Amino acid sequence: MSKILIIAEHDGRELNLSTAKVASCALELSAASTDIVVFGNACADVAEAAAGIEGISRVLLAERAENAAPLAAILAPQIARLADDYDYVLAPSTTFGKDVLPRAAALAGCGQISDIMAVLGARQFKRPIYAGNAIVTVEVPEGCKVFGTVRVASYKAAPGAATQAPIEAIELDVELPAHTRFIELQSGSGDRPDLQTARRVVSGGRGVGSAENFRIIFSLADKLGAAVGASRAAVDAGFVPNDMQVGQTGKIIAPELYIAFGISGAIQHLTGIKDAGTIVAVNKDPEAPIFEVADIGLVGDLFEVIPELDKALGG
Amino acid sequence: MQKILVCLKRVVDYNVRIRVKPDGSGVVTDGVKMSINPFDEIALEEALRIRERGDAEEVIVLSIGNSDWQQQLRTGLAMGADRAILVETPEPVQPLAAARVIRAIVEREQPELVILGKQAIDDDCNQTGQMLAALWDRPQATFASKVELQDGKARVTREVDAGLELIEVELPAVITTDLRLNEPRYVKLPDIMKAKKKPLERLPVAELGVDVEPACRESNFEAPAARSRGIMVSDVNELVAALRDRGLLD
Ligand SMILES: Cc1cc2nc3c(=O)[nH]c(=O)nc-3n(C[C@H](O)[C@H](O)[C@H](O)COP(=O)(O)OP(=O)(O)OC[C@H]3O[C@@H](n4cnc5c(N)ncnc54)[C@H](O)[C@@H]3O)c2cc1C
Repeated sequence: MSKILIIAEHDGRELNLSTAKVASCALELSAASTDIVVFGNACADVAEAAAGIEGISRVLLAERAENAAPLAAILAPQIARLADDYDYVLAPSTTFGKDVLPRAAALAGCGQISDIMAVLGARQFKRPIYAGNAIVTVEVPEGCKVFGTVRVASYKAAPGAATQAPIEAIELDVELPAHTRFIELQSGSGDRPDLQTARRVVSGGRGVGSAENFRIIFSLADKLGAAVGASRAAVDAGFVPNDMQVGQTGKIIAPELYIAFGISGAIQHLTGIKDAGTIVAVNKDPEAPIFEVADIGLVGDLFEVIPELDKALGG
Repeated sequence: MQKILVCLKRVVDYNVRIRVKPDGSGVVTDGVKMSINPFDEIALEEALRIRERGDAEEVIVLSIGNSDWQQQLRTGLAMGADRAILVETPEPVQPLAAARVIRAIVEREQPELVILGKQAIDDDCNQTGQMLAALWDRPQATFASKVELQDGKARVTREVDAGLELIEVELPAVITTDLRLNEPRYVKLPDIMKAKKKPLERLPVAELGVDVEPACRESNFEAPAARSRGIMVSDVNELVAALRDRGLLD
């Protein structure tokens, strides 16, 4: 029977929800055991949260000063060492997982599967290619470990467990490089709801016109308790920070409700919202491609629609 | 620094609507426009700007593929690269194999910087740069939106889910590019003529003695489940009613 190792994602204080989504994918592999490793420094709370996820056998807590920032060059050799004892090493397909896991896989002499969206068998998976315009089945040959990142929009978070899994502190005797230094993280969107986990998302595109105009998107989002997203054009034009970009090269999200204002619906954008429950599009161009995928479409000027919507929603 | 190595992948142009072959053996590429992967074009642009600032002597472009790939290398030379290397393989290689080939070329050329796109828009893998950095045992700065070089180090701003992360890496290093790093230049006709005279070396992959076997088998290409067109509403009241009907408003 096989053993799975999941690399936890966290910010030093809180476990990222993507970890529980990877755990959900792991459940489909019916392995003998599933462990989560938490790399960090003074992050016992994160380990506690990981230990509370359904289906987890053990949490390994690898604390050392070097692990304070999630640097791939630091974490990958530790993951590669741990991988000796496992058949699968999984991480979320977030910028964290995408950065660190290929480096760990290569150190272990293995390939990696990116963006697992479905498990077909012990070594067979489905993944999207061409910005989600095709799906391919990939199979890892016998005798190789499976390193994979999990497309978080394809999985619901695994539920909480009835009993906490045990937490074991580990020390890995691995020499770490000094060639890479973390300096700082500038967070763009502050304490707004998290785009990747929000139930509702309100997004703006080039049609919004300016950073100033984006204020009406934010206020509508506040009214709906929604996170705010954007197209690449809106980010490139400097209306909003990069962490709001939705799409092939931004975030892949699956909210219950996605409302797009002034977004044309380029394939690179649509690939980021394919798994949304209901897509609403407001665009003044009746020919905009976004209407081809929208569940509810409204042809109109966003500067008229948003104030009316505000009023209709009360307040 | 002396040299920057830039890796270019030939991919279906980003404007092409992808169609899966009816027999599920792949996507249609016959008669389809092929281009340099957009992220790799940004990688090359960055390298050229570094050279033009006087911070590098030479920019080398590298591809791994069949003889058709010379086209994209010629475009790279026309953009301004000094010379090109085509490692010839009959089929495109997977990321680990690509990383091994690039590692072998790095051994030979000894660049101080290797710049690649963060992902190719065909397989969307986002692995090769990270794997190269692992095999080379050097730093990686992925998803770069700003690169500053100083005193044998690179300060790189990375686009991460939480915002912008700033890291510092010692050279030699691997950088992978995000879209906002720069806007690649257009190639002018005289540059295309000049590029024809620039050296393009063709190297059979067997001469490098690296394992390029695929790490996983691919089969059964399918079109994704399509979302169907929904309803159109004519005003905000209808919109709100439709949302309430679906239980999407509290
Ligand atoms: C390799 C690559 C990767 C990419 N990755 C991404 C990605 O991750 N995410 C992404 O979003 N894009 C991505 N793109 C870019 C993508 O191709 C499009 O250029 C981009 O999504 C367009 O953004 P937009 O819809 O806001 O702008 P536009 O296409 O310019 O559309 C603006 C829309 O606003 C409408 N409009 C204007 N004014 C109003 C108004 N007052 N009221 C209502 N509607 C109005 C217009 O009718 C139009 O439809 C990528 C491109 C490439 C090449």
